Amino acid sequence: MSAGDPPINSPEIRRLTPVLGPGHTYGSVTDKISAIVLTRKTSLGWYIGFVLAFSVFGVLNIAIGWLITKGVGIWGINIPIGWGFAIVNFVWWIGIGHAGTLISAILFLLNQKWRTSINRFAEAMTLFAVACAGIFPLIHTGRPWYAFWMFPYPSVMGIWPQFRSPLIWDVFAVSTYGTVSLLFWFVGLIPDLATLRDRSTTKPKQIIYGMLALGWRGSARHWHRYQSAYLLLAGLATPLVLSVHTVVSFDFSVAIVPGWHTTIFPPYFVAGAIYSGFAMVITIAIPLRKAYGLEDFITMRHLDNMAKVMLATGLIVAYGYFFEFFMSLYSGNKFDVFLVQQRLHGPYAPFYYALILCNILIPQLLWFESMRNNVIVLFLMSIVVNVGMWLERFVIIVISLTRDFMPSAWGRYSPTIWDWATFIGTMGMFVMLIFLFVRVLPAISIAEMRELVAETSEEHK
Amino acid sequence: MIQHRSHTYGVIGEFEKPEQLVHAAAKIREEGYRFYECYTPFPLEGLPEAMGMRRNMVPLITLIGGLTGGLGGFGFQYWVNVISYPLNIAGRPLNSWPAFIPVTFEMTILFAALSAVLGMLALNGLPQPHHPIFNAHRFTHASADRFFVCIQARDKKFHLEATARFLQGLAAHHVSEVHDD
Repeated sequence: MSAGDPPINSPEIRRLTPVLGPGHTYGSVTDKISAIVLTRKTSLGWYIGFVLAFSVFGVLNIAIGWLITKGVGIWGINIPIGWGFAIVNFVWWIGIGHAGTLISAILFLLNQKWRTSINRFAEAMTLFAVACAGIFPLIHTGRPWYAFWMFPYPSVMGIWPQFRSPLIWDVFAVSTYGTVSLLFWFVGLIPDLATLRDRSTTKPKQIIYGMLALGWRGSARHWHRYQSAYLLLAGLATPLVLSVHTVVSFDFSVAIVPGWHTTIFPPYFVAGAIYSGFAMVITIAIPLRKAYGLEDFITMRHLDNMAKVMLATGLIVAYGYFFEFFMSLYSGNKFDVFLVQQRLHGPYAPFYYALILCNILIPQLLWFESMRNNVIVLFLMSIVVNVGMWLERFVIIVISLTRDFMPSAWGRYSPTIWDWATFIGTMGMFVMLIFLFVRVLPAISIAEMRELVAETSEEHK
Repeated sequence: MIQHRSHTYGVIGEFEKPEQLVHAAAKIREEGYRFYECYTPFPLEGLPEAMGMRRNMVPLITLIGGLTGGLGGFGFQYWVNVISYPLNIAGRPLNSWPAFIPVTFEMTILFAALSAVLGMLALNGLPQPHHPIFNAHRFTHASADRFFVCIQARDKKFHLEATARFLQGLAAHHVSEVHDD
């Protein structure tokens, strides 16, 4: 900004900070985004990052291989803590996925133009997070090769799944979520795949992108039906995204375990999911725009808006913590009161305080404009929130299970090296998939950016 | 040129600005052409109306898919829990319908979403790897920064030269014939 401009923190300037840098045309957005995939030389940084992530993904494979060889005994779980890291990580990953669908579906229905340049990679992030999440319950079954028993199929044993169990609801919710997210992402990609097909210069690329584009030719009649389908998908994905973490919260709240059996769980889980999801979108967006020079497309306005969503959902989560606490005391139920005491003074109290620090106290810095406009602070904040949300699931699962109704059923839980290897391994898989995605597919929706060019050029007339 | 008539798919014209194409599409329709198609790098507002398109079938297909998923999902759980494999879970009635709602809901969404996408693709005739319009030599711009209209040879009013002149009259650039092989 030059010296003559008004101060950056005046409200008018903030409102006018564009969602697209100035001077872009249909051709320039097409060139710039497709060049990342087609013409730009793959940087050394990409190779280094990919190899690192791939190595960590290798750790995941070793951990799962050893698990299948030896069984779940290699983990720290035992009675009374049967859930441990596997379920903590499952809930954490599935929560992260929520921001992608929220950005692509809910912000689309609300006609929020700023979603355009972040929805594609946020949706990709959703898919990869759901893939990471799906691994955990699968391997936690102990005999993952029998996991198909959870699906209703006419088995020779003549039995069917138990549809009154939240764990079966989970199977349906997560698999539907994965499928619909994939459809939404793919439908959004079709026009861009056609662009890549038309701009590729080598035969293999033309064939691969051409097959994926399904022969899309941008016909007006096709666009007409396409827009209907896209709008309907957004409308369907909106209740779906709210239902998924609701169903995940049922895994807990339907049980009678102290600290789980509360009606506040569904909304508080959904808010927490969106909170951690936006944190992850920020964690990815900041390095991505820097590495590929996309500051014109993912502007400060995007980061500012995402930080505000994070602040708002963080406050809902804080409200959830407060009421969880209050209702336990107010109920007078001695097991609930005891659980609160255990959170504050029990063996896992440091985790509880760390959670409050990460999820409630530190994010209050986002009230300040200067903090939201500082990419370094924002990046660190997003990591803090992700750590906090992971701690939240740890606190919910481990404290409640180690302090059941009977002192004879109490226990302790600590993860083993294999728990950590599996958890860190899924992060490697996630980062590896993100690296592959930005290399082979357009990380920003080109077709929607052209629409944005058309809309912003109309405004300037 | 005329001797190629049997192999002509249509005449294509190109525009630089979306408004020009929307305007041209309306004019082509007024002129009496019925078989013509516009090709754009992103959906244009007002173009479906200018081309006289009405509502499409995608919403209806999605509704039918959603209803099938919802009713089928609930019916299936009822059949499993009440008829095929009754299980007494904590003394609840066999048809404990509130417990069936989450799966019913998920099945509704799943079937509706699959119907929306597969219905859209089926109505659009996709996947279709090749189409005569790809023979137009500047057509790669249709997925980048240009707006095309193609009047097809099967239209009763189509006449290669006259139609080409008509498109030029609408200020289309690079008006040319498209072959269908």
